Amino acid sequence: MAGKVNVAEKLGVNKFNTDEHNSHIDVNKDYTDKKEIDRVIRVCPAATYSLDENETLFFEHLGCLECGSCKVLSEGKLVKSWNYPVGAHGIEYRLG
Amino acid sequence: MSDERFDCIIVGGGLAGLTSAYVLAAAGIEVLLIEKGNYSGAKNMTGGRLYSHSLEKVIANFAETAPLERKIVKERFSRGSAEILTLEYDSSGLLAPAGESYTVLRGKFDRWLADQAEEQGAMLVHGVRVDNLLIDDHKVYGVIAGDEEMEADVVILADGVNSLLGQKLGYKTMPLAKQAVLGVKELIGLSEKIIDQRFNITDDSGVAWMLSGCGDVYDGFIYTNKDSISIGITMTLDDIDKTGNSAPQMLEDFKNHPQIAPLVAGGRLLEYSAHLIPESKENYLPQLYGAGVLLAGDAAALCANLGFTLRGMDLAIESGLLAAQTVIMAKHENDFSTQSLALYKKKLENSFIMNCLKSAENCRNLTREVDFNSDPLNAFNNVLKNAGIK
Repeated sequence: MAGKVNVAEKLGVNKFNTDEHNSHIDVNKDYTDKKEIDRVIRVCPAATYSLDENETLFFEHLGCLECGSCKVLSEGKLVKSWNYPVGAHGIEYRLG
Repeated sequence: MSDERFDCIIVGGGLAGLTSAYVLAAAGIEVLLIEKGNYSGAKNMTGGRLYSHSLEKVIANFAETAPLERKIVKERFSRGSAEILTLEYDSSGLLAPAGESYTVLRGKFDRWLADQAEEQGAMLVHGVRVDNLLIDDHKVYGVIAGDEEMEADVVILADGVNSLLGQKLGYKTMPLAKQAVLGVKELIGLSEKIIDQRFNITDDSGVAWMLSGCGDVYDGFIYTNKDSISIGITMTLDDIDKTGNSAPQMLEDFKNHPQIAPLVAGGRLLEYSAHLIPESKENYLPQLYGAGVLLAGDAAALCANLGFTLRGMDLAIESGLLAAQTVIMAKHENDFSTQSLALYKKKLENSFIMNCLKSAENCRNLTREVDFNSDPLNAFNNVLKNAGIK
């Protein structure tokens, strides 16, 4: 179907109180199972996981919607640890 | 050393937690509610519609003052992907399992309910993440937030579907990939008039629409709000292995479907959100209580997908009410042991919640098999009867 999704554009309308320096998700960058990496990349609604041109996993906690999908799918594998951002930080739904 | 002491501490300012806070404060119980977002609702989203019956028991006639979007008068249920076949029926007719319902936006609605709880005397703290529980010999006696400790006779965990605190207690395994459903939604702004025209509705009337099997692994949903449309997809996490598509692309595909695109055309994206929904499978009931602790709402996986409708918020509110009633009784007896708090489970079992949860999967499956060509409404009604919901 036509129309490739532009997630960054969608996240751009949201309000975030970003904790720039501390990621609430700890990703295992040494994890190499391509199938597992692929399913986590595809499940994340905020496209926080991606592969760069060298097929190296890139994770960016900014823009995370805190749904927990990557945690449920891959905790103990690609996801080392998962927490909510510290109080008052992260996504802030104005409408919900 | 503890900094402060309360009768009850509630973790999470969603509908379950706020309802507990309201009911406890109204009964003169000293209650503190801690929410990690900057306000109640800041971390919450719904499709979605609220069946009003459970909140009605707590705050009579709340619909007159609460920030509701539209009253649902029309139901749509669809099947098919390339060609979507839709059944439309009146909300007040044969298939009204829980009476009246309204679309709500949680950012507004939860803030309103938080105000009501505060008016009853509940103390609400926002912007604070509870990191852990105070536990002594398996009994919960308070919470830890940062370097602050706060003690209470009993703690209500209403910390949402991922309930990290519930998991720390070891009470409940984290939602399994086959039980967790991801919802991804766009809120699209359109004028009231355009929404009325496109959905053939008037005034503050609205439509709730579930689209089963509209993608390879996803279902769709559409709800009309006052001047916006909630449009989204849901998929069981496990099913990511059955597709090459990504979750955000699924929503894009759904929005671009030739039968759907005209409904949201010209609209402006107001917000993009995602959340997990706990989906009960056969005989799956999480641990709901222990010494000094009760779990309510999504934290207790109290959510029922009945196929033609999805119910979470009315279950959350009812569980918040029942948890509060249990705490009031325990306070009266001054007994917060596991045995005493077992009353909560009895109350849940005697309420509509457990019936709804137990029949959800059956109802969901039967709904998918209903023959659209031969009196589908009657078939739907039989689904409800068979599932024990009517």
